[in-house]
Amino acid sequence: MTAPPPTPPTATPETPPPLEIHDLTVAYHRRPVLWGVDLAVPAGKLVGIIGPNGAGKSTLIKACMGVTPIAGGWVRIFGAPLSRAHRRVGYVPQRESVDWDFPVSVMDVVLMGRYGKIGLFRRPSRADRDIARACLDKVGMLPYANRQIANLSGGQQQRVFLARALAQESDLYFMDEPFAGVDAATEAAIVTLLHELRDRGCTILVVHHDLPTARNYFDMLLLLNLRRVAFGPTDEVFTYELLQKTYGGRLTILSEVADAVRQHGGSIP
Amino acid sequence: MNLADLIPPFDIRSVLIDPWTTDFPEKGWILLMGFLTSVACGWVGQHLLLRRMALMGDAISHSILPGLATAFLVASFLFGQRTDSSHAARDSSVMLVGAIGAGWITTLLIGMLHRRSRIKQDAAIGIVFATLFAIGVVLITLFADHVDLDADCVLYGEIGFVPFQPTLTAFGIPLGPVPVTRMAVVTLLTVLATLLFYKELVISSFDAGLATSLGIHAPTVHLLLMGWLSVVVVSAFESVGAILVIAMLIVPGATASLVAARLPTLFTLIVVHSAISTVVGLHLALWLDCSIAGAMVVAGCCLFTIAWAAHVLLRARDQRHLSADIPPSSASEESTSTALT
Repeated sequence: MTAPPPTPPTATPETPPPLEIHDLTVAYHRRPVLWGVDLAVPAGKLVGIIGPNGAGKSTLIKACMGVTPIAGGWVRIFGAPLSRAHRRVGYVPQRESVDWDFPVSVMDVVLMGRYGKIGLFRRPSRADRDIARACLDKVGMLPYANRQIANLSGGQQQRVFLARALAQESDLYFMDEPFAGVDAATEAAIVTLLHELRDRGCTILVVHHDLPTARNYFDMLLLLNLRRVAFGPTDEVFTYELLQKTYGGRLTILSEVADAVRQHGGSIP
Repeated sequence: MNLADLIPPFDIRSVLIDPWTTDFPEKGWILLMGFLTSVACGWVGQHLLLRRMALMGDAISHSILPGLATAFLVASFLFGQRTDSSHAARDSSVMLVGAIGAGWITTLLIGMLHRRSRIKQDAAIGIVFATLFAIGVVLITLFADHVDLDADCVLYGEIGFVPFQPTLTAFGIPLGPVPVTRMAVVTLLTVLATLLFYKELVISSFDAGLATSLGIHAPTVHLLLMGWLSVVVVSAFESVGAILVIAMLIVPGATASLVAARLPTLFTLIVVHSAISTVVGLHLALWLDCSIAGAMVVAGCCLFTIAWAAHVLLRARDQRHLSADIPPSSASEESTSTALT
């Protein structure tokens, strides 16, 4: 399970970065939720997006995926607009965003990950099914392939979503709170999987809620609160000063932050 | 008055045997029309149910009325007054254009109302379809000379008249009464479209976000679906009317979804449900001498009630089994906690 295949580690000026955002502004009902965000994510990085509730974390991902209309600025994926790059992008929406009573099996959901590659009017081929089965096996859900999705636990639902994302075989992934409401075993399994994808050369952006674990999970962090507060390698960005700037005066979180920074040997002014 | 006098006598011969023998040339068309209508409505309606917008069927079936009235009005000014009933093809296309136009306007108006203001979606649906329907009623009565529409017929339909409609002939071969042939084409296209666009329909219903990220434009799929819904509803009008169409859109899918766990089974069961409710409904109507379309819908609703009762009983049995597996201490804890809340 070791030996990641060699991939170009750094993006040279000729190869555009997997994700480039310029001056992105998004507004709901004329109230801005993201304002002038600039970002260039290098290839092969696992990036955590953190910030307080309502900071625009999910909105950033949705704007990149074309789900939420943008008011200004632009998003480039591998140097192209999304409409020409959607085959290279995988998306894991929030688990609560779908109806889990929907009459489909686990296998059906994972096959949806293949839809972008199958094309109009065609049905999933045997190869698509094999890929879907392999992805289910990777998240430990193969025994549940024929279950209706209504009978799954929260952690199992998240694993199915992850298997679907794997089936997309993308180079860039957006994941909206994949750790929300899952059990510890699932969380560990997801982290292993994310690292594996990263080692294969994929770029992954993950909306994350839990500060103490953020430092261990991600290579880079984007601190977001309406605007970009900071973006860089986790060691440089995960500081008390920057986190305080991101979370403002929310005391409960700040004490949590202090604990988290202290645990990792950081200094608190 | 004796209550038993209200129920007509049950004559096995005229109720159960004649429609399949001596009356079959006539009743056969009614059965076929009922079945085709129910399948087309059931399949389109299932997509609405999956998207949790069953009420859109309600809305569009009503707001089509002004669309039809306007289309007929425009057509009568453009092509002159209709003189005989041989313009079946022209009438059909006029109806389709009016229906699709009305369907899209309804969809866009509802979307606009609840996106641009504090009006919630259910209220927006109620406002739009009631307004458009009222405008339709006014148009029909105002221009009765130009608009060949009967409000009663639009509301309730009359499937019993279907066999006596002019027969459509193609290349010298008599195909069948015009409404039945039209419904057959619409049903066939509904089934084909569902099979061809299965992936796109399912993914945009289940996970619009993922669909968008894959390049499937969910709002376009929605608009196309609403347009198609209008086509199905307008084709079903003549036989079942605007009110019963709503039942046919929802009941077959709702019944099937209580039984089936996966979509292919579900769509198959809708066909089975349509066949049973059509046949049972016809016999019921012959016995009680009542509206045939009404009886078909009542039969369909009976199937739903049976499926629902079975579903509830099975679930209760499963839960008893489950609670029997739980150790007594925790089970009693659970009962006290529920008693407290």
